[in-house]
Amino acid sequence: MEDYILSMEHITKVYPNGFVANRDVSLSVRKGEVHALSGENGAGKSTLMKVLFGEEQPEEGKIFFEGKEIHPEDSISAIKMGIGMVHQHFMLVESLTVAENIVLGMEPGRFGYFNKREAFRRAGEIIEKYKFTVDPRERVGNLPVGDKQKVEILKALFRGAKLLILDEPTAVLTPQETEELFVQIRRLQEQGHTLIFISHKLREIKQICEHITVLRGGRTVGEAKVADVTEQEISRMMVGRDVMLEIEKPPAKPAATVLQVRSLPLSDRPNAPTASFDIRAGEILGVAGVEGNGQSELAMCIAGLLPVGRGQVRINGKDIKGLSVRKIRELGLSHISEDRMSYGCAADANIEENLFSTTIYQKKYSRFGLLRKKLLDRRTDELIKEYKIKCSEKKEPVRMLSGGNIQKVVVAREFSGEPALILANQPTRGIDVGATEFIRNRLVDLRSNGAAVLLISADLNEVLEVSDSLLVLNSGGVGAYFPDASAVSEELLGEYMLGLRQMTAGEIGGAVHETKA
Amino acid sequence: MKQKHKDRPLPTNRQIETRFTLIRTLTAAVIALAGCLVLILVVSEEPWEAFSAFLFGPLESARNIATVFETAAPLVYAGLAVSVMFSCNQFNMAGEGALYIGGLVASAVAVKLSLPVVVHPILALLLGGAAGAVVCFIPGLLKVKLGATEVVSSLMLNYIVLYLGVYILNYFLIDPAAGFPATERLPETAQLSTLIPRTHFHVGTILAFVLCAVVYLYLYRSKQGYAIRMVGQNEKFAKYSGIGVSGTILSAQLAGGFLAGMGGASEILGSYTRFQWVALPGFGFDGVIVATLAGNNPLLVPLGALFLGYLRCGADIMSRRSDVATEVLSIVQGTIILLVASKLFLQRIKHKYIVSVAEKREALQASASVPQPEGGEANA
Repeated sequence: MEDYILSMEHITKVYPNGFVANRDVSLSVRKGEVHALSGENGAGKSTLMKVLFGEEQPEEGKIFFEGKEIHPEDSISAIKMGIGMVHQHFMLVESLTVAENIVLGMEPGRFGYFNKREAFRRAGEIIEKYKFTVDPRERVGNLPVGDKQKVEILKALFRGAKLLILDEPTAVLTPQETEELFVQIRRLQEQGHTLIFISHKLREIKQICEHITVLRGGRTVGEAKVADVTEQEISRMMVGRDVMLEIEKPPAKPAATVLQVRSLPLSDRPNAPTASFDIRAGEILGVAGVEGNGQSELAMCIAGLLPVGRGQVRINGKDIKGLSVRKIRELGLSHISEDRMSYGCAADANIEENLFSTTIYQKKYSRFGLLRKKLLDRRTDELIKEYKIKCSEKKEPVRMLSGGNIQKVVVAREFSGEPALILANQPTRGIDVGATEFIRNRLVDLRSNGAAVLLISADLNEVLEVSDSLLVLNSGGVGAYFPDASAVSEELLGEYMLGLRQMTAGEIGGAVHETKA
Repeated sequence: MKQKHKDRPLPTNRQIETRFTLIRTLTAAVIALAGCLVLILVVSEEPWEAFSAFLFGPLESARNIATVFETAAPLVYAGLAVSVMFSCNQFNMAGEGALYIGGLVASAVAVKLSLPVVVHPILALLLGGAAGAVVCFIPGLLKVKLGATEVVSSLMLNYIVLYLGVYILNYFLIDPAAGFPATERLPETAQLSTLIPRTHFHVGTILAFVLCAVVYLYLYRSKQGYAIRMVGQNEKFAKYSGIGVSGTILSAQLAGGFLAGMGGASEILGSYTRFQWVALPGFGFDGVIVATLAGNNPLLVPLGALFLGYLRCGADIMSRRSDVATEVLSIVQGTIILLVASKLFLQRIKHKYIVSVAEKREALQASASVPQPEGGEANA
C-alpha cells in the first residue's frame, strides 16, 4: 500500500458562467513525491488547485489530506492544514523586505509591536534550513523574478506547508533560473515535502516529476508514472491528438520600413535605457526578455497609451508624438494588449460590441445618425465564423467566454481591416493550444501578406519560432539583436535575457535599417 | 423531466442572467411589501383597509391611474438622466440640481418672455434642459480636468444650485402679491396643456414616455451612445480602442443634465401654476432608484418609474383613508433598492440553476451521437 498524502475524489466545479471547469476529477499524490499536474490551458488545472487551496468551493467531491477528509473554506484554513501555494503571479509586497514578506501575517512581537530583529532571525533561519540564496534584508521590488519566486516558496514553508503547489513556476523563468529552481525542489523533497508541479512543459515534467496526472477539458484523462511514458504519449493525453505546434513559415521578404523607433525610453526613470529599431513590412520582430524590462512601456508608447517622451516613434513615416490613439490606429496600427481583461475587451459588453470598438465611428457603420444594425450583425457573424469563436450567440457577454475565445475576439477585431503594423504583446498568454496555434498562424499569414509585426512574448518557444528577427531586452536595456531568429538557441537567449552576455552597440545597431533613399 | 426539456432549448447563459435579474427585482418587491404589511399590522388600527388602499387604491378609478402616470413622469425624466450618466460609469448626482434649475429657467422663460403658444413651452423646455445640462456638466468637467470624484462634487453642487436658484427667485422673479416665495402665474401660452381633466396628465407626461425610446436609440443605436457605454464598462478598453474618454464622459453628462433639466421644466409647466420650489424637489435622487431598478436601460425606465409612481399614489391614498402615514413608502423603496443592489442576493439559487443547466447541456452533448473530439465543453 502506497502512502498518499492527498487524494481528491470526484471533484466537480461549475463556474457562475455555466462553464464546467472540473467534471468528476480525481487526483492522488504520494507522500514525498513531485507530482505533475498537466494539461493544456483551460483544462481545469488551476480550478482544481483553487478548490484544494480553498479559493473555490466544489459542487461535488471529497478531499482527503493526510488521511482525514478536509473542507478548505478559504486559503487561510488550507494554509493551517499545511497546504501552500505559489501562484504564477506573485503575491508579494514589493516595498517590504524579503524577511518582512516571509513573516507577513505571522509577525513576531506582541501588543502591536513588530519585532523586526526577530523577523530577520526567523527568516534567516528558514533560508538557511532550505539553503536558499536570498538576502532577507533586500527589498522584494529590487529582486529578479527567480528570487521573488524563492520568497514565495519560503513564505509557504514558513507557514508550515507540507504540500506545496507550484503553479506553472517555470513560465516566468529563464532556462538558467529553471535549473536553480529544480535544485531547490530536490532539496525540499529531501526534507520530506510533497510538491504538486503544474506545468505543460513536457521536458521539465520528465526531468523533475515522479508521477503525472493529465487533465483535458475538465476531466481526468489519466495518471501514470513519468518514467513509463514518453513525451509523445503525454502530449497526446493532453491534447487528444498529436500536437503540431510547429508552424509553417515561408521565408520573410522584408520591404519598406513601417515602424521606426528611435531612443525610446524603456521606463519613466530619468536615466532609463532606450531602444532603437525598425520593422519592415513583411517581417516579424520578436522581443524576448524577462518581464518588466520595458516590454510593457515599449508597447504602450507605440500604441499611444503612454507618451513617447524623449524618444521618437514613426509609423509609415509619420511621427506619432501627441497623436490620439484613434489617429495612430488610422495610420494602420493594430494592438493586442498583454492585459486582455483590462485593455483588450470590455468584459460585460457582448461579442459584437467588442468586435467594433475601434471601427464603429467610421461612416460606413452609421446611417441617419443610427448604427447600421444589420451590417454589424452580418459582419459579426462572419468574424465569429472566420475566427472560430466558440459562443452560444453573438450577443453573449465576453466574460462568459473562455480565455482563448476572448482572445480570439480581440484578435478578430485587430486582425481584420488590413493592419500595416501589428503590435502583438503576449498574444497567446494563458490560452489553449488550439487558439495559440490559430493566432500564431494568423500572425505569420499577415506578415507574409505584407504587415509589419512586433511580437513581444515571455514564451521563449513562441518568440523563437514565430519571429524572423529578434531583439532581447534585459535590465540594462537592449541586450542583443539577432537578424535571424531561427539561428538562436534557447540557452543563448537565456544568457542574454539574464544579462550574462551583452552585444556591442554596433551589433545592436543592426536593428536599425536606414533606408537608402 | 429530461424528455420534457428536450423540446424546449436550454436557456443560454445570457437568458439565465436576464431571468434572474427579473426574479431578483420581483422578489425584492415582494419582500419589501411583505415587510411593509408587517409594519402596518403593528402600527395601524385598521391594517387591512390601509394595506388594500396602498396596494389597490391607484387602480380604483381612471383618474387615479392617470395620477400614477403623472407622478411617474418626472421620475421618468430623472431616471433617463441618471441612466445616461450611470451608463458612462459616472455617479453624477447633479440630476437633482439640474431638474431644479430646469424648472426655474423654464418658469423664467414663461413669465419674462411673451411668445405664441407652442413656441413658448418648447423654448422653455429647451432652455430648461440647457440649464440642466450646464449643471451636470460641471462635476464631469471637474472629474476630467482635476480628477475630483463626481459623487462628492455633484452632491455639493446641488446645494449651490439650489441657493443660487432661491436667490434668483427672491430677487428677480418673485411676485410680491403671491404672499409666498413664488413667481408670477405662468401664462397660458407657456403651459403644457392638460390632457385628462381634473388631473395633471399633460403633454409633458406623454413626452417623458416618448423620450424613453429616443434615449434608447441614443444609447444603444448611435455611435456616441456606444462610446458612452464602452467608457462606462471599461475606460481602459475605450482608451485603447481610440475612443475619446474625456469627451465621451462630458457628452454623457450634458445629455443627462439636459434630460433632467427638461424634466424640471415639464413638471413646472404642466403641473404647477407658479414656480415655488425653495427646496430640492427630490426627483433627481428618485431618478437613481428608477435607474437602478431599470438597470440603466431606457426602455425599462418607464416600468421602474411607473412602479414607484404607483407606490407613491398608493401611499398617498392610504394616508388619506387610514391612520398610516406616507413615510411607509420610504421603507418599501429602501428595502427594494437594498436587495436589488445586493449582488449576492439569491446568488446561491442562481448558481444551483446554472449548475443544473450546465449538466443538462453536457448530457445533451454526450447523447448527440458524434463524440466530441476536443473532449468536452464548448468553452474549454
